[in-house]
Amino acid sequence: MAGHELEPVIGLEIHVQLRTATKMFCGCALGFGEPPNTRTCPVCLGLPGALPVANAEAIHYGLMIGMALDSELAPVSTFHRKNYFYPDLPKGYQISQFDLPLCSGGKLGEVNIHRVHLEEDAAKLNHAGASGRIEGADSSIVDFNRGGTPLAEIVTEPELRSAEQVGEWLRLLRTTLRTLGVSDVNMEEGSLRCDANISLRPTGSDQLGTKTELKNMNSFRFIERGIRAEVERQRALIEEGESVTQETLHFDPKTESITSLRSKEEAHDYRYFPEPDLPPVVITEAMLARAAAELPELPAAREQRYIDELSLSPESARLFAWRAELADYFDAVRASEASLEPQQAANWVTELQGRLGDQEAVDSNVTAASLAKLASMVASATINQGGAKQVLDQLVEHGGEPEAIVAAEGLEAVGGADELAPIVAEALDANPELTERLRGGDMKPIGVIVGEVMKQTRGRADGKEVTALVRQQLGLS
Amino acid sequence: MIDRDELLHVARLARLALRDDELDATAAELSTILDHIATFDELDLGGVEPTAHVGDVDDSLRADEVHASLPRDIALAPAPAVRDDGFLVPSPQGE
Amino acid sequence: MPEELQALSAADAAAAIAKGDLGRGELFEHYRARAASDELNAFTWVAESMPESVDGPLGGVPIAVKDLFCTEGIPSQAGSKILAGYCPPYTATAVANLEAAGAPILGKTNQDEFAMGSSNENSAYGPVQNPWDRSRVPGGSSGGSAAAVAAGLAPWALGTDTGGSIRQPAALCGIVGLKPTYGAVSRYGMIAFASSLDSAGPLTRNVTDAALFYRNLIGRDSADATSVSFPEPIALPTSERLDGITLAVPAALVDGDGIEAGVRDSFEAALETARGLGATVVSCEIPSAPYALSAYYVIAPAEASSNLARFDGVRYGLRVDATNLDAMYTETRHDGFGDEVKRRILIGTYALSSGYYDAYYGRAQRVRTVVASELSAIFQTADFIVTPTSPTVAFGLGERTADPLAMYLSDLFTIPMSLAGTPAISIPSGLSDGLPVGLQICGPAFSENRILGAAHALERAIGFDGSSAWSAL
Repeated sequence: MAGHELEPVIGLEIHVQLRTATKMFCGCALGFGEPPNTRTCPVCLGLPGALPVANAEAIHYGLMIGMALDSELAPVSTFHRKNYFYPDLPKGYQISQFDLPLCSGGKLGEVNIHRVHLEEDAAKLNHAGASGRIEGADSSIVDFNRGGTPLAEIVTEPELRSAEQVGEWLRLLRTTLRTLGVSDVNMEEGSLRCDANISLRPTGSDQLGTKTELKNMNSFRFIERGIRAEVERQRALIEEGESVTQETLHFDPKTESITSLRSKEEAHDYRYFPEPDLPPVVITEAMLARAAAELPELPAAREQRYIDELSLSPESARLFAWRAELADYFDAVRASEASLEPQQAANWVTELQGRLGDQEAVDSNVTAASLAKLASMVASATINQGGAKQVLDQLVEHGGEPEAIVAAEGLEAVGGADELAPIVAEALDANPELTERLRGGDMKPIGVIVGEVMKQTRGRADGKEVTALVRQQLGLS
Repeated sequence: MIDRDELLHVARLARLALRDDELDATAAELSTILDHIATFDELDLGGVEPTAHVGDVDDSLRADEVHASLPRDIALAPAPAVRDDGFLVPSPQGE
Repeated sequence: MPEELQALSAADAAAAIAKGDLGRGELFEHYRARAASDELNAFTWVAESMPESVDGPLGGVPIAVKDLFCTEGIPSQAGSKILAGYCPPYTATAVANLEAAGAPILGKTNQDEFAMGSSNENSAYGPVQNPWDRSRVPGGSSGGSAAAVAAGLAPWALGTDTGGSIRQPAALCGIVGLKPTYGAVSRYGMIAFASSLDSAGPLTRNVTDAALFYRNLIGRDSADATSVSFPEPIALPTSERLDGITLAVPAALVDGDGIEAGVRDSFEAALETARGLGATVVSCEIPSAPYALSAYYVIAPAEASSNLARFDGVRYGLRVDATNLDAMYTETRHDGFGDEVKRRILIGTYALSSGYYDAYYGRAQRVRTVVASELSAIFQTADFIVTPTSPTVAFGLGERTADPLAMYLSDLFTIPMSLAGTPAISIPSGLSDGLPVGLQICGPAFSENRILGAAHALERAIGFDGSSAWSAL
């Protein structure tokens, strides 16, 4: 295989906890961080004789997800039992969906969706041993609060090609789900979980290689890094002529190492069969109408609206439409200062986010109001770009108000012939050789003169204005 | 019709320990039963749909309304082992 | 006095209490004392005193409840060691309905473990004896409920029927047993055997009692997604004739081997009685009936293998301690389940496993469709299908325990209705060598009122008296 180009083939399995009031099959209230085993009942504890009854609101959220993803919605959908033994699975089976899922096909962004189905979440297994992960613990403690939480499982086609693309697409999915209001989609809290199926194949081939499954990555950053690491691991194996073993893997972000998660002495035989305790769910016209009526503006529509109505550039429109928090922040900035041009506001938001890395703008020290103020101060030439960037640095570090920072640091723009002319003249006087060359038509040293003036004004002058004044004073206008 | 190895595999799936001296007798019993069951292969079932659910239920969904959960002490009462307000079990790893 | 009390049917006792002629406490204590001194091993738990009860149509007439119904604070063990001493935190809807109608719980009755069996010899709490002959089985899996009613230890009892587990013990014990339309009675709180087949229903002394009990048992339950509203109220039957009624007899089935001569004779006599009441008896065919047995013995174990996976020692019931999780699972389930349960779990797991699903479970569910449509076709031209309930009278304790297959054949006549989810009743048709024979009357879905009517007419004409089986007062 050496010498052939290898391309990654990535498919994602995403589990989304739905923010209904109650669990998927019983009336226990959902909640995060409640004391252990305080949100249970005979049904979600799997007591003898208990029976499941499906949550109509979860079905509704499932339909909304399907519509947002342009999926085909099954007219009749059945639940199946997925049978296996584990302490976090009280019945010894999970009620899920098999061959008649709620939604089939669909597309989001550039990625095709394979299916979306509903199922119940497992309980939480906490490790009583000191190591904090399962290996090495002698015993585990089960908390059934989470057990039974409604989940939508979204499976993509194996079409993603890079860790970066996965990160970007997951953000789009997250924005979509958050906009729909169906989930908190919070990776740290576990309401959004993503597993990746990864394989490599010769570029251009239509065969799929052996895939591994990378599980339990609980942030966007870890997902990207984990995928990158696994792609490299497989690449190295293949290039050495070894084969990839199908297995489930864990990525340790601290050591960037990939380890086998479960010893797979036998593949799971889930013995799926239709859930006899739940009649098939008929999706009625009324249910479809309600879901359609409650669909909010989705990212693709928002993107188009930003272009059409706000004249945002396609890049800005997509950036904001695909990242809900950023779009909300952008909207807040504009609401704060109505006079701002949308693209101006957009540029400042983009500038800010660029400095924040993984932190969301809304979580930073820079409030939307203060960013809006800063932008309007630039627009009104109270400060110039250079000064504004210094102010932004301060805001990012310490928060605060732009006007106060400008005053405290003396960053008001220096402008106007009265203020600048003497400084320009000084700079010219201090550099007679350069001035001579300039008068002679050699424009190269002009940057030095402008730079002197900028230094003198501590960056508070507008570069263009200074340049114009220099030329004027040299008689070159 | 079901041999020792298959039986062991099925017992594993069902998490049922089978002692060595139980294996052959159980395999024999199950084979007899399975042989008898296999007689239904004689029926021509072309085009017949499976019955997964008997009867027609309209309205089998539940409104998203909270019902009181069990008090924790009641939930934990029948547990064979409890620790830190949870159900204690041996580790899932380690054969 | 005890003789008079004992002689009261449940309906008559309810009426007497309502009129004030009989005190609830007196009635309860009469039965409680009898249940407590039961020698048939019909009860696994007996109340120590009368519980609080409310006024209602069942007016204080106590019920015996099969062990697998969850009864809050009362052991509910489903005849299994794996649930020894387990007391649930809630009560099954079926039981709650009866309690709300005024029927207090007298005791929990013995049964085949997890309802798997036809003789009550699969109980972890010992076999039950048939009051007609204590060396014989009462039938199963509701053997305890049937024996209790037949022995006059309880006025009536709640049982479950999956493949015949109400009807067959009713037949073997000379009492009435009704298997409802699937879904008519809530399954919430019934420890599950086979979810798509399990049905709760009454075991009673006579058809009128069965109707009264059933009327207060049914109802759509929001906690059971498979439960349905019964489309009409249940009437107390009054019919004395069968004029204009057509009874269809599946001749091939009834004439088969394995049906005792005495049973066949009793059945023929019952058909004659029916003709005397104005019924027309015709022949019909259920060609898939022999395969129905096979389909049942795939579907029921398959669902059971999944339903019983929750018995893993984690949250309740027996746990065999071990240092690793797998050993805990396998040893707990090895020690906690009896042989028949293990056999069925293994068969069920096999039938669902990869590579076998289509050949077994998939195929069985198709056979089920065929059975249902064949029955449905018969009901287009006949009012009821009638058969003997069981191919034999009560057999000896220990006689069939070595041969599971022989045991399964007890359900030959009852299984097709279980697969189709349609209702059927068993009433005594007479004795054969001193042992009761049952007549099964089957109808289409929701035809219980008509079944009860026809059964009432036949019961009256047959005039069976089961009081000789009552244990001494």
